[in-house]
This record gives sequence, C-alpha cells and structure tokens, in this order.
Amino acid sequence: MSNGNRQVLTGHQVVANAMRQVDPDVVAAYPITPQSEIVEYFSKFVADGKVDSEVITVESEHSAMSACVGSSAAGARTMTATASQGLALMMEIVYIAASMRAPIVMTVANRALSGPINIHCDHSDSMAARDSGVIQIYGEDAQEAYDFTLMAQRLAENEDVLLPVMVTLDGFTLTHTAQVAELLPDDTVTDFVGDYEPLYPLLDVDNPTTQGPFDMPDYYFEHKLQQVEAMKNVPEKFLEIQEEFSSLSDREYSGLFESYKLDDADYAIVLLGSTAGTAKVVVDELRDEGKKVGLLKPWMFRPFPGEEIKDALKGKEAVAVLDRSLSFGSSGPLYLEISSALSHEDEKPRLYNYTYGLGGRDIAEKHIAEVFEDLENPELEGKMRYINART
Amino acid sequence: MKEIRWHGRGGQGAKTASQLLADINLQEGKFVQSFPEYGPERSGAPIKAYNRVSEEKIRVHSGVYEPEVVAVVDPTLLSAANPTEGLSNDGVLLVNTKKAAEEIKSETGFGGKVLAFDATGVAEKAGSGYANIPVLGALVKVLGTDYEVARAEVKSALSKKLPEEVVEMNLDAFKAGYEAINN
Repeated sequence: MSNGNRQVLTGHQVVANAMRQVDPDVVAAYPITPQSEIVEYFSKFVADGKVDSEVITVESEHSAMSACVGSSAAGARTMTATASQGLALMMEIVYIAASMRAPIVMTVANRALSGPINIHCDHSDSMAARDSGVIQIYGEDAQEAYDFTLMAQRLAENEDVLLPVMVTLDGFTLTHTAQVAELLPDDTVTDFVGDYEPLYPLLDVDNPTTQGPFDMPDYYFEHKLQQVEAMKNVPEKFLEIQEEFSSLSDREYSGLFESYKLDDADYAIVLLGSTAGTAKVVVDELRDEGKKVGLLKPWMFRPFPGEEIKDALKGKEAVAVLDRSLSFGSSGPLYLEISSALSHEDEKPRLYNYTYGLGGRDIAEKHIAEVFEDLENPELEGKMRYINART
Repeated sequence: MKEIRWHGRGGQGAKTASQLLADINLQEGKFVQSFPEYGPERSGAPIKAYNRVSEEKIRVHSGVYEPEVVAVVDPTLLSAANPTEGLSNDGVLLVNTKKAAEEIKSETGFGGKVLAFDATGVAEKAGSGYANIPVLGALVKVLGTDYEVARAEVKSALSKKLPEEVVEMNLDAFKAGYEAINN
C-alpha cells in the first residue's frame, strides 16, 4: 500500500485519515453516497481505538448538523461529512451553524441533487449552500482534500473567523478513485491543528452564556453583519495557515486560487474541483503547440476572492468559466462571480460560460481543448454552452 | 502513461484486482489511479474498472477511452460487453477463456495481440475459485512488472482480509496466471 510516504488511497480514506489525525471530540453524520465510506472508515478508526472521538449516529442529516451545532456550542471540536440530498436536508441547520459561529469542519463529497435521482458528481449540492455563511474550499484531488481538511480546522477555529468550513471533493471521481497521496505523520498534524479552546463553551457553567436565541429586528441585522465581518477575515488567515502548512509538507499552497501557466496566457479557463487536473493536461499539450493558454482554479469559493482573480485575469483576451451546476434562468454561479469581479474594468476579457459534468457526465481532454478553441471566436462570447451534452 | 480497462461481473473481483494492480504499481515507484465505473450495483451485472499507470503524477480525471490493455475476467463478456472498444491494434486483449487466442481474434475481429488462458480453470485448480487473481498475474506479466514485487504486494493486501490458507491458494493462482501466458 505504501512507498515511502506515498500511499494508494481513495478520497474516502484520505479524508477519514485527516479526521482521525485531527481527533475531533464529536463526529455526527448520516450515510449518503458518495460520502458514506468516509464515516465508515472513520468509525472503524474509533472502534479500533485509533481515535478517541464520540461518533453520534443520527436518523437524518438534519439531525446530524443539529447534533454538530449542539456539540460545537458545548465547546467540542466537531466534524461531519455529507453529500447531495444529505446537504440539502441539513441546509436549515447549516445556516444556523454559521450564524452561531460554530467552527464545524464538514466534508462534502460533491454529488448531483435530485431529481432525477443521480448519485454521481456535480456541484449543485455545495452551490446550494453558497449563501449559507459557510466557508467553501474545493479540492482538485485526494491530496488537496486531505490538506485542506487539516487547514480547514485551523481556519474554522481561528478567533477572527469562527465559522463552519466546507471542504469539497468530487464524488466518485475523487472519493472512489484509488490514487497516490501522502499523509503527514500523526504528531505533525497534532501539532499543526493544536488544541481547541472554545471562547464561550455552553458547558462552562461558571460563565453562563446564551446561544442561538431569538433575534428581533433591532439586532438581527447587526448579527448578520458580524458574519460578514468574520468572512472578511478569512482570506488573510487562510494564507497564513497555508504558509505554515506548506512548511510542514512537500506541497506548496500560497493563494486563494491556483494559477496554472496563467501569467502570460492570452486565453484562460476558470473551473473548480477535479476537472482542473484534466485541464492542466490540456494546457500543457496546447502550450507544446505554442498556444498561450492557462488555468485559474479557485480553491476558495466562499469568501470569493474576486479582487485577486480580477487582477489575475487582467489583460487576457478571453476567459471561459466552466460551471458544474445550474442556476436555472441565470448564468452559472462561478460565471456570475467572475463576471461580477470584472464588471468595473474598462478593458476586460471576453467572457464565455459553459456548463459541464452534470450528474457525472464525463469531461475529457478533447472537450477542454474545444473550449480553448472557442475562445478564439468572438462570436461565441456570452451565450451559455453545454459541454458533452445532447442539445 | 498506460491505461488499462477491466471487464468483469459484479462479485468477481475485477475492482479488487484493479486496486491490487495500483498497489503493485506503487511499489514499482509509479503513480497510479484505479477506479470502477459505477452504475446500479448488482451481483452478476457487467462492470468495468480502470487503471492508469505513469512515471509522473497523474492529473487527468476523465474516463478512460483508449486503453492500451483490456483484461476480461468473465468469458461471457466477450459478447455481452464490448471489450475491444477503443482498443487499438497496438494494444493487448487479455481474456479468461477456454478458447484459443486465434478463436477470440476471429470472434472479436480484434487485430491486435490476444492473450488467452483459462483463468477460471486455474483458480479452480488452485482452490481459490476467483479468476480475478490469475488474470492479475497474467496482466502483471503483460506489463513487465517484477514478479516478486507483485507477489509480495498481493500477499500483503490479501492477508489483511483473508485467512492464510486462502491467501496461499490465491498466490498459487497468481503464479499460475503469470506463467500461463507467453508475453
């Protein structure tokens, strides 16, 4: 299974190992494909005595997140994982977790939302949570899912942040694929995540607090603005945590997004998640043919690094934004962000919007190469196009 | 980078063999991917699994369309599935069958290299009963992987799940599969 530090692991296994190494006090979860094996592996670690967490098996995802909120309010380090319908069912409580500033770290194994019912990957589940107040980080491969799960713990618990963090990885494409990944030594992770010292634990009876009460119009607004302020602190803290993490591992993280051969590119693609890997292969091939193409892969989607992305896309001829979810009657969620980020620029690149990969529809190198071809054609600007779909 | 496709039926261990191959390739210092194609999961239904093996980090995350090697664990899938799809004449078709390679060539119309042996018979003789491991043995030979490295990995992986005597039967079947074909 291993060669040096390198191991063949599925996305499930790397996330379960990250959770084991974080050693949360409480994990409350309900099974749903393609997330289930994460919690199965983690539960086995608990049963085998390899981690000392309390696993709460509940009757639904609504209850899972409710238990997480209760546990986090009590002062316990708390994690969960879900996908698709599970996230949809827990959504009511996801908003509450964010508003209660509960630093819960949750994995989302991206899967299409019903209907029609489908177990395969797209981003419609996590995109439905984009306005909930959780931080969202998207991983390209199992390695990133592992690394970001560890970094998420620090980010969530940072005193200037105190928000839930959602780390996503593409269902099946990453969760069920055995791939090469490197885990850090347990004690390195223990030192990196550190002890969790909650600011206002509900179980501190000597210093009683009220949490999650009713808010009238005289204060609701201000409490929401506190969440806005907390979100503003995220980028700087994330960069600091990345820097520290990079010093512990062979991986280099320094940014809210990854730029791949982007600096001198005339044509760029922007997309989230595992398809970035496929796009990098295409970028390399087209670069060999002398084409100046590049890729921008946001790691962080909430808060959205619009300013930084605007600067990174300055001077490009044309940019294609590839969304893996729909917002019916509008453009894709990622496209809207990019479009908004560039809206005040006098000279902006031509913008193209694509939808791809719904319900697990494959996207191959040739499809991405076609997008780069499209970008040379000004007539295709603006109109939504669907990749590898019968239209 | 090399791409490999497995054809099997649910419950025959094609996915397990694919993951074992990934473990073996890792031991050679390679980068790997192993993933099954998921549909409605039923015992006996045709399934596919895939491997990618590379000297460098594998970044592509799409499906596999043009494999260099196809391994068929269940003989009935030669007609029930389409195992030569996307396989060029430079490729290798490795089949568990009682028939001769020439016969498989004419049945499938495949113009490339066909390697055929009775993996089911091999597994029955060894006592393990599952054709996936002898097919894996043959595939290891096709790929030019060191036999001892591969055997050690199969032993280590199977020992985590199976009693020692069953592991030994599988190792016999693995060896017989390795020796069954002339690459």
